[in-house]
Amino acid sequence: MSKASDNPKVASLNDLLAVAYQIEIDAVDRYNLLADQMETHNNPELVKVFRDLARAEGIHGEEIRRLAGDFDVVAHARQIAKFERRGSPEEADLSSAHYLMTPWHALQLSLDGEKRALAYFTSIVETAKDPKVKAMAGELVEEEAEHVNLVHRLLRRYPPPSESWADDMDPPVSQE
Amino acid sequence: MAASPSLSIAIIGSGGAGALTTGDLLLETACAAGWHGLYTRTLGPQIRGGEAAGLLRLAVHPVECLPDQFDILVGIDWLNAHRFGAEIKVGPQTLVISDPRGGEPPPMVTQSGARVVEVPMKEMAKAIPDGRPNMIALGIASRLLGFSAEQVSAPLEKRLADKGPAAIEASLAGIKAGFGAAAGIAYGTQLATPRANTARRWLLSGNEATALGAIRGGIRFAAAYPITPATEILEWLAPNLSKVGGTLLQAEDELAAINMIVGASYGGTPSLTATSGPGLSLMIEALGLATSAEIPIVVVDVMRGGPSTGIPTKSEQADLNIAVYGMHGDAPHLVLAPQSVGDCVFTSQWATHLAESLQAPAIILSDQFMGQSRAAIERPADVAFIGARTLAANIAGTYKRHAMAANGVSPMALPGTRGGQYTADGLTHTERGTPTSGAADHLAQLDKRRDKLDRFNFGDHWASVEGEGDIAVMTWGSLTGAAREAAAHAVADGIGVRVVAPRLLAPVQPERLAAALEGVKRILVVEQTHGRQFHKYLRAHYDLPAPVRAFNRPGPLPITAGEIHRAITEWR
Amino acid sequence: MSGLDTRLAAKPADYKSDVKPIWCPGCGDYHVLMSFTRAFAQLGLPPEQIAVVSGIGCSSRIPAYTNCYGFHGIHGRSLALAAGLKVTRPDLTVVVASGDGDGYSIGGNHFLHACRRNIDMTYVVMDNHIYGMTKGQPSPTTEPEYDTALAPGGTGVAPFHPLVVALASGANFIARCFSGEPNETADVLAEAIKHPGFSFVEILSPCITFRPDEKVWKDQVHAASVGATHDQGKAARRLMTDDGFNIGILYRGNRPPYQPAVGATDIDWSELERDFEL
Repeated sequence: MSKASDNPKVASLNDLLAVAYQIEIDAVDRYNLLADQMETHNNPELVKVFRDLARAEGIHGEEIRRLAGDFDVVAHARQIAKFERRGSPEEADLSSAHYLMTPWHALQLSLDGEKRALAYFTSIVETAKDPKVKAMAGELVEEEAEHVNLVHRLLRRYPPPSESWADDMDPPVSQE
Repeated sequence: MAASPSLSIAIIGSGGAGALTTGDLLLETACAAGWHGLYTRTLGPQIRGGEAAGLLRLAVHPVECLPDQFDILVGIDWLNAHRFGAEIKVGPQTLVISDPRGGEPPPMVTQSGARVVEVPMKEMAKAIPDGRPNMIALGIASRLLGFSAEQVSAPLEKRLADKGPAAIEASLAGIKAGFGAAAGIAYGTQLATPRANTARRWLLSGNEATALGAIRGGIRFAAAYPITPATEILEWLAPNLSKVGGTLLQAEDELAAINMIVGASYGGTPSLTATSGPGLSLMIEALGLATSAEIPIVVVDVMRGGPSTGIPTKSEQADLNIAVYGMHGDAPHLVLAPQSVGDCVFTSQWATHLAESLQAPAIILSDQFMGQSRAAIERPADVAFIGARTLAANIAGTYKRHAMAANGVSPMALPGTRGGQYTADGLTHTERGTPTSGAADHLAQLDKRRDKLDRFNFGDHWASVEGEGDIAVMTWGSLTGAAREAAAHAVADGIGVRVVAPRLLAPVQPERLAAALEGVKRILVVEQTHGRQFHKYLRAHYDLPAPVRAFNRPGPLPITAGEIHRAITEWR
Repeated sequence: MSGLDTRLAAKPADYKSDVKPIWCPGCGDYHVLMSFTRAFAQLGLPPEQIAVVSGIGCSSRIPAYTNCYGFHGIHGRSLALAAGLKVTRPDLTVVVASGDGDGYSIGGNHFLHACRRNIDMTYVVMDNHIYGMTKGQPSPTTEPEYDTALAPGGTGVAPFHPLVVALASGANFIARCFSGEPNETADVLAEAIKHPGFSFVEILSPCITFRPDEKVWKDQVHAASVGATHDQGKAARRLMTDDGFNIGILYRGNRPPYQPAVGATDIDWSELERDFEL
C-alpha cells in the first residue's frame, strides 16, 4: 500500500494532467515489456493481450495530452511524476507474470492497475484544494471507473484458469 | 699459465656461510671487468641456514649453460653437501678448496680424483674482527680466477653499502686474507683476456629480463600472486610499472590475478601476470575466456619441477602440455618460449606485441633455470615490436565486436567509445557478441580465432635455426644454450649439426619447420621432461622428415652440453 | 563515480539494449534491470562510460540487457575482472552484478578482498537463496531446512550473513533492497554508485521458478527502522541481529577508495635499465 508521501505532489491542474499522463505512459511501457516477455517465452495469446492493453493505455495517454492543450505534459511529467514504493499505479506487477499465464491473469493485473489508479485519483479529489484540480480529478475518476468496467466485461470473455494452468510437463532447463 | 676462454667455479656452504653472496660478487666482479658470465644457485629445502651452492661460469663470450664439470670448487663447509652430488660434477682436473674444519668432503669430491687443497677459512675468518669465511673464500676464488683485489672490492662495497664501514672493512680484510692464502696455491689456468667491449652490457636475471621486455612491449598493468620461481618478475614490475604510468595490483589468488588482467585488458590496457605450473593450472579457465572473448593477455609461466607442488626451486620443461592443450574446448592461442636469459627480453616483448595484434592470450614458457640465473648480456637492441591493438572508433550502426575480417582480427571498442557498447562474453557468440548456440555462428567464430593465428606472418623469429649437418638437434627453452654448445663441440669433431629451437610453440608452423629440416637425415629431440611432451607435440603436429630419437630427462638436473654432444656422436 | 559529462534528460530507456532477457516472466531480475536503468538515468551518466561486469548465473545475464559496456565473465570472478578494469580505467563507472551462488560461493574469496581493497565500484548481488540457472541447488544463503535434489531434507548448514561479512571485510557502503520496489532500489543504487569506494548492495530478488515460496517476501520486507550509520560497531550489532529483510542503506563508511595513479608519463627508459648496466 502506498502512503501519501510516496506519490508526486499535485498542486495544480497541469501537475495533475502531467501525473495522469505519466500513469498511462508507464502502463504502456509495462504492458509492452510484458508483451516482449511473452513473445520470448512463446505465449502468443498473451502477446496480443498485452499489446492490446498497451495500445489502450496509449490512447488514454493521448486523450490526456489533448486535454492539456498547448501545455507540454510530457516534459512536465518527467519533472514531477515520480512514484515511490511499488511504482506508478497502473504499472502491472511484473512479479505476477508467468510464462504460462492466461488472458484471465493478464486482465486481473490490468484490473488491479485500474483500481489503483482510481483510488489515487479519488484521493486527489478528496484532498485537492484547487477546485479545477478537484474537478479534473473527478473526471479522471469517472474515466478510470469506465476502464474498470471495461476490464470486468473482458474478464467475462475469459474463464478463470483451471488448477493446472501452470503445469508444464517439461522440466526447467539449465542454460549454463 | 694457460688461458682458457671459460672457467667455472662452484661455491658451497651452509648455515649462513654466505656461499651465494660469494658467487654473486664473483659474477659482478667478472662482468664489470669485461667477461661474460652465467650464475645459478642451488639450495637445500630450508628457508635459512640451509646448504647452498653458487654455480658460476665465466667466459669471454656470452654463456648460456652451465659446464659439464667445474674447474674450481670451494667448500666453505661440507654440511649436507652430498645433496649436490648429482648436480656439481668434479673430476681429476678440478681444484677443490676445502676447510679441514668444514666436515667430511662428500663422495662427489673424494671419489672424483680431484686435487684437494686445504685452507682453514673458518679459522682465518675468526682472526679478523667480524670476519666471515665466505669473504676468505671470495678472496681465494678471485685470486685463482685472476682478478685483482681492487676489482673485487667495488661490487662488494656496493653490496654492503648500507651495512656500514665496519662491515666493509671486515670483508675487505677477509678478501685480502683469502688472496694471501691463494697465492700459495698453484693453479695453471686463467681466464683469457676479454675482448674490448664496445657494446653496452647488462647483468640481470631471466625474470628481470622478462619483466623489462614486457614493459618494452607495452605492458602497463600486472596482477600479482607470488609463487616460486616467478615472484621476482612481479617484484621488479611493482615499482617499475609505476615509472611508466602503469600499476601492479596484488591479487588474493591466481584466479583473481588472471581475471584482473582480463578485465584491465578489456578496458584497453596491455596486461600481464607471472606464475608457475600450479598457478597456470588455476588460470586455465580464464585463459579460455580471454581466447573466446578475443582479449589479449600475457601470462608468464616460469616452469618448475612438477607435477603438482613438485620441486619449486628446480627447472623442468613439463608445462608444455598444459600451455598448448590446457584449455577446454578448441581454443587456439599463442605459446612462446625464450631461449636464454637475454632472449627473455625479446621474447617477452614479442609475445606482448603478438597478443595485442592478434587479440589473443600469449603464454610465455620460461623456466626456473633462466628465470633465476643471472647472466651478462649485450644490451638488447630496441625492437619495433610494441603492442598494436586494432581499435574501433567512429562507430556507425550496430557495432560487431567479432565481425569477420580478412585477417581475422576485428576492431575492438574500448569502454568509453560512444556507439561501441557490447558485452564481452565467454559464451559462444555471434559476430555482434550476443550469445548463441547456433552451428553456423560457432563454426564461424572458431574459424576466425584459428585463422587469425594461422594467417599471421610470424617471420624468422619463430625459431632459431643454426648450422648445417645431417643431424638436427631440436629443443627449446633453456636447453637451447646447451644444444648450441654441443653442436659447436660436434662441429669441432667434424660432425655437422643443425640446431632448431622454436621460440613460437603455438600456433605450429609446419611450412617453416619443413624448410628448417630440409636435408636433415636424423632428428634428435632433446627436452627436460619425463613424458617426452615436446617429442610427442612435434609428432602430433608436424611431418618430421627423418628418423627421430628422443633424449629426455625430467628435472631437477639440467641436461648438459656434454650429454647432448655424446648423444649426437653416438648416433651415426 | 567520477565527474563526467551528463546528458540532459537521460531516460531509463537510453540504458536498455534491444536484447530480450531470457529470465522467466515473474523473475525479480526484471525489476532489478529497471532499477539499474533508472539509477543510471538519475545520475545522467553516458551509457558508454558505464561498465557492467558479471559472472555466471541468471543475475549475471544483466550486462547484455543494458546499453552499457558489459562483461559476462566466468563463474565467481566478476569482482576480479572489475578490479583490473577500474584500477586501469578510473574514468569508468563500474557496476558488478552477481547472484548468491556466483557471488558468495565460488566468488566468496574475491568478495572478501574486494571489500578490503575498497576500489571504487558498486557490487550488486541479486540474492534469491538458490542456484537458479543450474536448476535449484542450495546456495550459501539458502535456509538449512530447504529441501533440494542435491541436499534432500536440507543442507543442515546455516546460511551466512553477507552483509556482516562485507562490513567485517571493509566495504564502504552496505545496503539491502527488494526487487519488488524498483524505484527505491534505483535510488539506493544511485547513492551506492555516488558513494566512493566499494559499495555493496544486496537485492532480494525472488526466483519464480525454483523458489515460488519467495512470493511472501513482498510482505516480509520492511524499511529499516533506523537510518544508515557511520559507526562500524553499531553497524556490526545491527547487521548481526538483522532479520534478513531490513530494506535501505544500512552503513556508510568513509574509507578513502583505493586507486593508484595511472596514465602515460614521459618514459625515461634509462631509469628502468640503470639497475642492469655494467
